[in-house]
Amino acid sequence: MKQTALFWAFFRVGIFGFGGGPAMIPLVRAEVVTRHQWLTDEEFADVLAIGNTLPGPIATKMPGYIGYRVAGISGCAAAVIAVILPMIVAMIVMLGIFSRYRDVGWIRGMGQAVIPVVMVMMAQLTWDFFDKSKAALGWLISIAMAVIAGAVIYWLGVHPGWVIGAILLAALLRPSRKKRAEGAA
Amino acid sequence: MIYWDLFLAFFIPNIIGYGGGPAIIPLIEAEVVGRYGWMTSQGFAETLALGNALPSPIATKMAGYVGYEVAGIGGAFVAVAATVIPSLLLMLGALGLLYRHRDSPRVKRMSQWVRPVIAMMMAWLTLGFFTESMAASGLLHTLIIGIVAAIALVRFNTHPAFVVIGALVYGGLFIS
Repeated sequence: MKQTALFWAFFRVGIFGFGGGPAMIPLVRAEVVTRHQWLTDEEFADVLAIGNTLPGPIATKMPGYIGYRVAGISGCAAAVIAVILPMIVAMIVMLGIFSRYRDVGWIRGMGQAVIPVVMVMMAQLTWDFFDKSKAALGWLISIAMAVIAGAVIYWLGVHPGWVIGAILLAALLRPSRKKRAEGAA
Repeated sequence: MIYWDLFLAFFIPNIIGYGGGPAIIPLIEAEVVGRYGWMTSQGFAETLALGNALPSPIATKMAGYVGYEVAGIGGAFVAVAATVIPSLLLMLGALGLLYRHRDSPRVKRMSQWVRPVIAMMMAWLTLGFFTESMAASGLLHTLIIGIVAAIALVRFNTHPAFVVIGALVYGGLFIS
């Protein structure tokens, strides 16, 4: 049955896909193109490009679309559930045990010790996003947009959704290349 | 209504979060910690640490866990659905249209223009974790763990799971 094959294919992707969505793409390709031949190489590249035109996690859009294409709605559900469910359950169980024993001194210490690690990971992501932004927009525009957006969000207290929504709209509606991107924020 | 709030808290970050899973993290933090106060900054950091140590997409792991914490199984379902379904429906429904525009400069521009804003929010979140850790464990522990984690992650490309496990061991032994 195709739903079962889809389920196990994306189950493997979910279990071995360390490092978040974009890192999982080669695994998806190995299952979908190499192992099961549900898509050709070109089709896979197209699906990936289309997925990237939309917001939201790529690692659920691809399984969802491929599952739908192979076996309809039930295939879509099987693929998405297989990729996300096992680790959601793992999170709930592990963090549940952790919070139950939060009052124990050394367990609390463990919780405190991961904060600097997350701080470093977030700093890494910050650098990564800024670096990509610099490559596309130049450092001057990148810094200007970041500072203006930061002031609007954290100083004026505007919800980030409005700021990003306005920028997305400006990027979509602006007919030609424009110089001042931050005007939209 | 809690389910509606949960839906919005995950729908908004995912519908504006261009740039894949990690781009969504500071947007989710703004909702979950900032706007609705469902989690403390420390709780969010712990969730993120475990989320980074486990495989599969970060956005759905965060949604599933936060949804469950706030409103049980139903909450987890709503939060995950708000994360997955809208962009998936768009993809299935508007495939032809998207196919024609997949190389469009406008689409590229959308993620390019959003990136500096996300970078700023990530920087802000980094600072938030720093102050949180200073308050919880003090400067010495924060610096030791932070510097060792940075060297392991950046210099030696150590897997995040091992770095998180290392921090857990350190915390269990030396902070309490």
